[in-house]
Amino acid sequence: MRTILIVARKEIQEGLRNRWVLATTLLLAALALTLTFLGSAPTGQVGVRALDVVIVSLSSLTIFLLPLIALLISHDAIVGEMERGTMLLLLSYPVARWQVVLGKFVGHLAILTFATLVGYGAAAAALVATGAAIDPQSWAAFAAMVGSSVLLGAAFIAVGYLVSALVRERGTAAGIAIGIWLVFVLIYDMALLGVLVMDQGQTVTGAALNALLLLNPTDAYRLFNLTGSGNVSAFAGMAGVAQTATLSPPVLLAALAAWALVPLALAALAFSRREL
Amino acid sequence: MTATVEIAKVTKRFGKVEAVRDVSFSLPEGATIALVGHNGAGKTTLLKLMLGLIRPSQGRIAVLGEDPAAGEFAARRHLGYLPENVSFNAALTGRETLAFYARLKREGGDAVAPLLERVGLGHAADRRVGTYSKGMRQRLGLAQALLGEPRILLLDEPTTGLDPALRQSFYEIVEALRRRGATVLLSSHALTELEERAGRVVIMNRGLKVADGSLDELRHIARLPTRIRLTVAASGLAEVEGRLAPLGAWRRVNGHMLEIDAAPDRKIELLRRATAEGLPVEDVEVAPPTLDELYAHFLRSQEVPL
Repeated sequence: MRTILIVARKEIQEGLRNRWVLATTLLLAALALTLTFLGSAPTGQVGVRALDVVIVSLSSLTIFLLPLIALLISHDAIVGEMERGTMLLLLSYPVARWQVVLGKFVGHLAILTFATLVGYGAAAAALVATGAAIDPQSWAAFAAMVGSSVLLGAAFIAVGYLVSALVRERGTAAGIAIGIWLVFVLIYDMALLGVLVMDQGQTVTGAALNALLLLNPTDAYRLFNLTGSGNVSAFAGMAGVAQTATLSPPVLLAALAAWALVPLALAALAFSRREL
Repeated sequence: MTATVEIAKVTKRFGKVEAVRDVSFSLPEGATIALVGHNGAGKTTLLKLMLGLIRPSQGRIAVLGEDPAAGEFAARRHLGYLPENVSFNAALTGRETLAFYARLKREGGDAVAPLLERVGLGHAADRRVGTYSKGMRQRLGLAQALLGEPRILLLDEPTTGLDPALRQSFYEIVEALRRRGATVLLSSHALTELEERAGRVVIMNRGLKVADGSLDELRHIARLPTRIRLTVAASGLAEVEGRLAPLGAWRRVNGHMLEIDAAPDRKIELLRRATAEGLPVEDVEVAPPTLDELYAHFLRSQEVPL
């Protein structure tokens, strides 16, 4: 355990030093603040549900941005250190390979969590500062959104590690990471939509659709946040979906957690079998 | 003396390439051993096997009584390793880097500063490693290998990039550790580099161990000839040549020099005859086989003589 924390601490130290922490926090904060102030304009400032609008905007932002950031910091983690030669030295120390993977995971996740909390927290703080009244239910939905955003980031960090543990060169890892982002964030939903339109409900049953949605962590995240609370789903235009959705929030969260843990375990396994 | 490292009939294949073939040796406590061979002779593979970074295809390795690849890490705490072309994360300072490695070995933070001083990096401790020269990185690499009084030091091409003064202090540090009972394994691609600092030499060639012993033993086995060179007054060259001809094949170097390659057991006799009274020999030069010649001999022979 101590070894994992030592490795994690070094990752955070490096992240602070090479400005990763600063860059991601500023980026998330800037975009979150922009969405907070511009995003509420189309709704015409109706009611006191300002935070719910923000949740909708921010979760859409999360789906695009957090997987990208997560893959950027993780795809290099193993293959990059191997290529630079630092891994060889590290593994000559009393450290198991799974401890290296887990330590890096803890460190990178801490960086991402910090950036998300500060960035999105800034948006909420700005709303409060403008005098918007926010009810507890909205705060709960906001907290759930931030928490699940971190979980989504964790899933893509783990996926990035798996890629990093399997490939031989950094360039390959970067290419595959971009491909994974494109597939999960853009192509998957379009393809799914296409299939549903073509199929006209003939063969793809509700259960099959649920399974297909759980197979993509960004979809699990989207369903969790946009159908989670009644107010939010109304703004998101997903109230209809929310009523018919058969996937409960715990199932969606479990899917996200599995998306973090399974690739992480596979990455540790692949790395420990690898010869240096 | 107990053995700290034991390698028994180890073979390591990478695909079809046999990087190490049927190698056996054991390394005792309190000894400096040189592992010599060309690039690609299997030196680094052997070091990685001892570190447990790779597993042998055949054979058995024990380091401080444990299988290094078995996932038992107790032995690694007593092990220092300096890789060839050592590299560090460029963003951290020398002090931060060494503190990280010290924590991994469960060494207190107070070990860091003296060690940096010892390798001559005290003044650069708080600079980023990215700004270090190659020699400074090498020194930082050495400092991390020395963390925690290692019982085994595995050093891969340790003195590349070090200037002569630092090289000297490097060997002093290593010698001090050896006297306290550590096993020091120095890998190098040239025997001359080690300048007789190693009590024992293991020569590798294309994955095979071709020689193993002290330098004197190796000289004895190799039976390399000593070169004797005579400087003769120009006028007496023909006379000297005629008188010494029955003793062997002398070569004319130039108008007033003759030389011969003398086998170890004939050396004294040749010298005695050449310097006998009445011969116009002005000077005698005796050159024993150099380490490079010795090394080349074993690389050519391709067999294990011991």
